[in-house]
Amino acid sequence: MFLKVSLYISLVIFILALIYKVSTWFRYKIGIGAEEIPTSTRFFSAIKGILSTLFSVKILTLLKVFVLDVLLQFRILREDFLRWIMHIFIYGGFMLLLLMHALDKTITVAIWKNYYSTINPFMFLRDLFGALVIIGVLIAIYRRFILKVPRLFSNAMDIYAILIVAVIMLSGIFLEASKMVAYSDYKRMVDEYSGLSDPQELKSLEAYWVKEFGTVSPNLKEPFDEAMLKKGMELNQSSCESCHAKPQWAFTGYGVAKIISPIGLGIDRAHLPSVLWIIHLLACWVGLAYLPFSKMFHIFASSISLLANGVIGKEKLSPANRATLQAMELDACTHCGTCSLRCSVIMAFEEIKNMNIFPSEKIASIQALASGKKLSPQELRHIQEGVYLCSNCYRCTVVCPVGINLQDLWFNIRETLLQKGYPEFLVLSPLSFYRGLMREETIPKDYEKPLIRAREAIAAQCDLMKKKDKVLPLTPTDRKLQSGLNLSAQAKTFSVCFGCQTCTTVCPVVGNYEDPQEALGLLPHQIMHAAGLGLRDLAFGSNMLWDCLTCYQCQEQCPQGVHVTDVLYELKNLAVKHVREKTLQPTERK
Amino acid sequence: MMEFALFLGCTIPARLNQYESSSRAVLEKLDVGLVDIREFNCCGYPLRNIDFKVFLLSSARNLALAEKKNLPVMTLCKCCYGSLKKADFLMKENASLKKEVNSTLEKEGLKVEGKIEIKHLLSVLHKEIGIEAIKGKMAMTFKRLKIATHYGCHALRPSEVVGFDNAVAPSLFDQLVEATGAESVDWPMKLECCGAPLWGINDRLSMDLTLKKLTDGKKSGADYVCAACPYCHIQFDKVQKMILSQRNVNHPLPSILYTQLLGLSLGIDRKALGLEMNEIPITGIEELLSQETELAEQKESTETTESNKE
Repeated sequence: MFLKVSLYISLVIFILALIYKVSTWFRYKIGIGAEEIPTSTRFFSAIKGILSTLFSVKILTLLKVFVLDVLLQFRILREDFLRWIMHIFIYGGFMLLLLMHALDKTITVAIWKNYYSTINPFMFLRDLFGALVIIGVLIAIYRRFILKVPRLFSNAMDIYAILIVAVIMLSGIFLEASKMVAYSDYKRMVDEYSGLSDPQELKSLEAYWVKEFGTVSPNLKEPFDEAMLKKGMELNQSSCESCHAKPQWAFTGYGVAKIISPIGLGIDRAHLPSVLWIIHLLACWVGLAYLPFSKMFHIFASSISLLANGVIGKEKLSPANRATLQAMELDACTHCGTCSLRCSVIMAFEEIKNMNIFPSEKIASIQALASGKKLSPQELRHIQEGVYLCSNCYRCTVVCPVGINLQDLWFNIRETLLQKGYPEFLVLSPLSFYRGLMREETIPKDYEKPLIRAREAIAAQCDLMKKKDKVLPLTPTDRKLQSGLNLSAQAKTFSVCFGCQTCTTVCPVVGNYEDPQEALGLLPHQIMHAAGLGLRDLAFGSNMLWDCLTCYQCQEQCPQGVHVTDVLYELKNLAVKHVREKTLQPTERK
Repeated sequence: MMEFALFLGCTIPARLNQYESSSRAVLEKLDVGLVDIREFNCCGYPLRNIDFKVFLLSSARNLALAEKKNLPVMTLCKCCYGSLKKADFLMKENASLKKEVNSTLEKEGLKVEGKIEIKHLLSVLHKEIGIEAIKGKMAMTFKRLKIATHYGCHALRPSEVVGFDNAVAPSLFDQLVEATGAESVDWPMKLECCGAPLWGINDRLSMDLTLKKLTDGKKSGADYVCAACPYCHIQFDKVQKMILSQRNVNHPLPSILYTQLLGLSLGIDRKALGLEMNEIPITGIEELLSQETELAEQKESTETTESNKE
């Protein structure tokens, strides 16, 4: 009764949670323009999209993707064989157990009329499937905690997923083992099925089971005489074998039974089989009820992601469907870490300690963002930096085993975050090349805002630039700036500049303007001077710094061997560092 | 057989597949072996503006990965080339910098010693394979084709670091282009920047510079501009297309990748060259191909002797 009620409760939780989770796919606001699209529009647009796909030739692609990627998981195989084995074992074993063991009374019986859980092949198969799952879980533990796959981060969800599967499997195996040793279970079977009543016969059969099948009897102890065992074997053949295969076939349970047999009587007396039965079932119910909230929800979401992205390809989605797809993809992520393993900009983390640099870790932050959770400015800035610090190499998208279009997700999130008003200095790097190529996909009136904002944030910290008439002393004012230009041991060369202006003369950027100082502020030779005099504000506050092409014309031509371009590079580094130090809390700087 | 670790970088696999496929096809034809190292990461170039250390570590890790396989690196991108060269140079010059880098790389069991060579595709073609060997494999040559060669800043400068060619009067690329029978035109802005480093940062300025350069190429009589770098090519192709529509310019100077140009004269399957994948069409160039390789060579050699006499 208790188990039945709890099953229904967990089923109800499961279904409600499923509906809730799926509803978030239509409710979460992700990316450009998503704020304005109502949930209903997104819902109907998705239905329309799905129907038009189902009734077109794309159905063939869907079928192909379903077999190759959803069922056989070729995308995992392509990445890593060990991981594929792990996943196929866990998912294959678990699904078969679900269908043939948990739902045996509905499914297995319907297929095989003479099904009994205690006869072969069913008894053997159940243990085989269980063993596959256990091996899979062991590989998972090995990969995460012993092999330590690079940049594979384990969060609470990952550990829970391993735990719940482990509890279900282990309780099942121990349940089976405890039933093998338990005398009362043996007795029950004899009473119910054997039809024997002669005490001598019962004794022979019991002796045979004790000797051969690991039953722990309170009445009989080895050794038994040959005649009795022979009699027992005959009785087993006539009364038991037709509906109970040798327990050895259930090899995992039998193995454990051998180990626990010394305490076999105690196990029986403590009614351990019933206790384990309850634990086994409750673990299943908990797993079921919690599934939609856990990583295991990927069973549904990842399949849908694979199918959806399999047919979408390079097609351009409507804004409504794009938002829905991306909200769904957040659930499809299994936090497997493949994207972070292959990510091109991983070395950035060595200097900029922001976990959002790793694609696999960005997803959780984006999930919080999309759910409408109130995030602090610091958190928002971190996500913004993480999604911008990307060389847009598409590798994450190519390797994602569940087919998520991560590249498009980053782009979409990036654009919305950049409009939130926090200056992002990374926009002033060639990482922006991609954004420039994609400018037709951005909102035209917002395109330049982040660029202007970043420059303004730097200019705001350079007071001297604003006082154009101020007379400056000719002695170095900021020695720290000079000594700070030592990152590459190249940039110190600015001190030998004698002001010949060759750098400025050959600079194609300077040459582009009628009034270069108006557009650029200090020109290259003046910046070299400003660096020499320690005039930080002038060096940092000039547009020239960020409009430098890094074409190295100036450096190549300099008669004094000043590494002009390298100095400009380092000044850019220092300017960003300086502004961060001035404007951010100490905890946020790194 | 020569063997290189092929460093593709980020842009080519994501946005310029035809450069990869045409390079692979050309190099296969010329018997150059390529090894792919999957663990390669970004060269660090885009991050140098913001964080020098990130740039250095990124480049260094790639060098360490190639060193582990004991293979010279070949890049197809001039910016990757410049970055890897710069990092290599700095670490050779400054032992403490190298030590610092290695203490980070050590965590992955990697180490930079500075033993391997870094080459750009063009220098491999010019120096390792050689113009004569390339000519020997020609199936066809171009007739009446005028090409404006674009060298790319980060391959040429700073010359003490990159050592690609003479930084003031380079000729390596022109020789390679002329090996296909095409004429390499003189153009005043040949060594100027393509404008790509500012695309996305200051689009107006970037467009000004690109347009100025391309107009100069056009004025000098070129039919196509030829690049061997994904940034330069995309700037001359996709970005030029955007400039044309924004600034009402009607006459583009289409850009062809050097591997496409060479591939055509080597008789490589046009599908591998991805001619249709360029945004500004270049397929017209095929009409200028001619079967007469012999004649072209004879003409070439007489020309060389003449110029030698001079």
